[in-house]
Amino acid sequence: MSSTVVSTGTRPGTLGTSASRPDGVAKVQGGFAFSSDMWADNMLWGATLRSPHPYARIVSIDVSGAYAIDGVATVITADDVPGKLTYGLIVQDQPVFAAIGDTVRYSGEPIAAVAADHPETCQRALAAIKVVYEVLTPVTDPEDCVSGIAEQIHPDGNIFRHQRIISGDTTIVGAIQVEGTYEIGMQDQAFLGLESALAVPDSGGNGLEMYVATQWLHEDRKQIADCLNIPEENIRLVLGGVGGAFGAREDISLQVHTALLAMKSGRPVRISYGREESFYGHVHRHPAKIWMKHHADSNGKIVKIESRMVFDGGAYCSTSPAVLVNGITHTQGPYKCDNAVVDGWAVRTNNPPCGAMRGFGVVQACFAHESQMEKLAAATGLSPVEIRLLNAMETGDRMITGQIMDSVAPVAQCIRETDAIPMPPPMSSSADLRTIPGGTGLTAQPSNIRRGVGWGVSIKNLMYSEGFDDYSTARCRISDGVVTIKFATSEVGQGFTMLAQQIARTVLGVDDVFLDTIDTQVGSAGSTSASRQTWMSGGAVQAACRAALEKLFDHIAAKNSMNRSELEIEGTDIVDRLTGLRVAVHAAIEGVDIDCTEEYHHPATEDMDENGQGNCHVAYAFVAHRAVVDVDPELGLVKVVQIATAQDVGRVLNPLSAMGQLEGGIAQGLGLAVMEEIIVKDGKVRNPSFTDYLLPTFLDVPTVEMVFIEEHEPKSPLGAKGIGEPPCISVTPAIANAIRQAVGRDLPRVPIRPYDICL
Amino acid sequence: MPVLIPRNVDELVEVFQANPQAKLLAGGTDYMVEVNLHGRKPETMISLRRVKELTEWSVRTNQSRITIGAGVPYADMEHGEIARLVPALAQAARTVGSPQIRAAGTLGGNLGTCSPAGDSLPVLAALGATIHVIGPDGNRDIEFADFMVGVKKNSLQPAEFVHSVSLPLVEGWQGYAKVGTRNAMVISTASACLVRDSDEGFVAIALGSVGPTIIRAHAAESWLMKSTSLRAGSQLAPSIAQEFGRRVAQESRPIDDHRSTADYRRHAIGVLAQRLLTRSFS
Repeated sequence: MSSTVVSTGTRPGTLGTSASRPDGVAKVQGGFAFSSDMWADNMLWGATLRSPHPYARIVSIDVSGAYAIDGVATVITADDVPGKLTYGLIVQDQPVFAAIGDTVRYSGEPIAAVAADHPETCQRALAAIKVVYEVLTPVTDPEDCVSGIAEQIHPDGNIFRHQRIISGDTTIVGAIQVEGTYEIGMQDQAFLGLESALAVPDSGGNGLEMYVATQWLHEDRKQIADCLNIPEENIRLVLGGVGGAFGAREDISLQVHTALLAMKSGRPVRISYGREESFYGHVHRHPAKIWMKHHADSNGKIVKIESRMVFDGGAYCSTSPAVLVNGITHTQGPYKCDNAVVDGWAVRTNNPPCGAMRGFGVVQACFAHESQMEKLAAATGLSPVEIRLLNAMETGDRMITGQIMDSVAPVAQCIRETDAIPMPPPMSSSADLRTIPGGTGLTAQPSNIRRGVGWGVSIKNLMYSEGFDDYSTARCRISDGVVTIKFATSEVGQGFTMLAQQIARTVLGVDDVFLDTIDTQVGSAGSTSASRQTWMSGGAVQAACRAALEKLFDHIAAKNSMNRSELEIEGTDIVDRLTGLRVAVHAAIEGVDIDCTEEYHHPATEDMDENGQGNCHVAYAFVAHRAVVDVDPELGLVKVVQIATAQDVGRVLNPLSAMGQLEGGIAQGLGLAVMEEIIVKDGKVRNPSFTDYLLPTFLDVPTVEMVFIEEHEPKSPLGAKGIGEPPCISVTPAIANAIRQAVGRDLPRVPIRPYDICL
Repeated sequence: MPVLIPRNVDELVEVFQANPQAKLLAGGTDYMVEVNLHGRKPETMISLRRVKELTEWSVRTNQSRITIGAGVPYADMEHGEIARLVPALAQAARTVGSPQIRAAGTLGGNLGTCSPAGDSLPVLAALGATIHVIGPDGNRDIEFADFMVGVKKNSLQPAEFVHSVSLPLVEGWQGYAKVGTRNAMVISTASACLVRDSDEGFVAIALGSVGPTIIRAHAAESWLMKSTSLRAGSQLAPSIAQEFGRRVAQESRPIDDHRSTADYRRHAIGVLAQRLLTRSFS
């Protein structure tokens, strides 16, 4: 049975309404304090010295020149790290600072940090630090790591993880076979709110308070405490205002540096990255090379998939092993398939470190399988819709990991509903030239343009996998008429603070819900990642509110002689179903003191065995995308005209916010399809700025026509699935397939560059 | 750092002569990027904001020319009278950055920086602009072809500054097109301005981002003028447009960089030339 909260009609602010965000007005008006706006009395500014070389041995570091500069308070290097010298989410292999005698392994790796009275003083101090490097030849080709011919660049070796999946009868050969090798470029999360942290040391010198823009306060605190060698309880982490995350704030960036500078100087220290440093300061989406071969019977039913995937993890581990597993376990896409042979590698190179980004390994796999589905459609003579419907996965299917699909799986419905969305009108011969490919550059006339239509359908796992218990905690207090909710869930712009209020209003029948500071003074909420917080922290807030409600019912039943077992919330009243007696909640909670903290844990998962078999994922969500794209084949320029999408969301909790997630994800997937790429040559980033790392503008993003597929997910506490990642996953191959259809080229790589289309 | 704030052109001449190392700042859309991102540390700045004369423009109908002050922002060229008189300049102005950048950036800035990717420069080159400069020794006029001498190099002498740009008002057709990997707010990977004087039967095409300077494709222009009539009412054979594109591409001298490849730029500039010429006949 579903434990879904029953929505109480359309009372403003409750679940199912487009309740407004508590942070919305401030953000629109410019009054919201982002982490880079924070300031403390007596504050110093921190800055980081980084390696210009992708691979070099550090012969010596001389910081005396920095100390000689007036206004410099302190300089730190690896020698000043009191605890663990490295950090990392899965494997702690990333040095806080590269040490003398050791090597730097990527261009931009931190070597030292300074704290001074002014950002300009910091820059002068960094310039005065003398580092002597013995420059080495970087390992930049992931294939050299797979084959083993590359020099070992780290004591742990150059392979982060090698995992295969062997499923069913691997000897089966399909009557129809299609194959291809696909490449995905390195995408950046490109959040607008740059990395920033403020650390304020305790007067006693044995702890600190830190304000930081992050996705997971408790995990940050653990890693900071380890490096500082102080107990976790001595660190209070508070969420600084976060301007977007998309995975780039899962790993530690400036947290340890800021904390160390504050502890050593005894003064508050703030570090804030600029845009260029941000490109060096966080991990990116893994570039990947994927070979796939689909075997189908003569009707087009998939009988076997073979694949080989290589993910370039860059210099340090980050989440590479988990990204790889997500990639290989989603090889089949949202399609039935019994037999598979998949071999996946995540390797270490001297390229920039890669880790979490919206879609987490599935983006790469989906680009490959959806490119394959288009080839399979062509080979069988079926339409892109027919081939996908023929193979669409359903609840109860066995996946190539042996796991049974036990989520709601409305794949066919997503495809059909998307297909039913009207196509956009054809391009007018008198169209405003700014709205056709080339945009304001006025490069084309409508007669130069060809239109294409392409499809992409995807499956995405929700929550953390492989046995990880990423629980979430929430606290509900009812104190003298005031309801307060507390959690450590990172609000990164997705709207969880709004959702928490909606849940509390719905469960408790109150209108006013106060939100306590988001910090580590309550249990972990897990990461704002993996499309998980609506399900996980939503589940925790609901549980805490329900526990508080039970206590309130105890109290009110005794006080008003109501039938305890017959009490329920109806709108903003507590009603005794037997007698019809009702008490307004706002009156009932006067003088009451209730305090409930609850954890929500998702169903357990397990590790996969050496053949990639195991129930490693918690739940899944699905989405279909149809792209209509105008292409200028001669110049290779593209304008995405319309994206039609139907997404499996379980249940819409806030229509406006859901729409925002879909539109934003689609823009991000469009970016990967046609323009967003960190260009790395010889281990160096060539475009670390928004001048050359191009994000879609309003003239690039299409009209989005969307349908929400609302089939409540019984496993989910609110009946809703996470919706953050799916929008950006299959829209990329949908656009690629549309461009392919328009110009009749293979285009095996994204982003598709103009010269890929026309030369 | 001292900031000098002259209130008119005479004061500007004076303070610049006294501080020839000073950097001139109008919209700051180029120079502030240098300061903020590339660590440039100016010793002295001269703010041009109070020099009203630089932000003025005028038309001398008897001479059929328009003179645009170095401090006129792109936003003022996008619409209105300047756009009506010099439509190619309006089209180029519209491709510059975002609305905020266009409200600040100026023609003088494009000339001062002299990047081959400067969006307005192909228009100045194709129209045969005269750059009016003022320095310690007085005024002089420099033809655009002599003004831009290399990548981010111009022929200004120390303490000389661009006062205004004078452009002929041409009977006929003019147009600008720019290729970038995004549909707005993008640095050009190739751009071109074509001017067809249908009275004189004359054509000029200037190319941006495909060489160290803005390139006038003189050979292609001469070939075209010999091969077909450009006067009003004449027809253009598609094969002529195609060959014109091919010849223009041959005159480009593009490079590979992180924004694009030399091959693509050469190809794209040919397509732009062909399309602009075709457009001029439609």
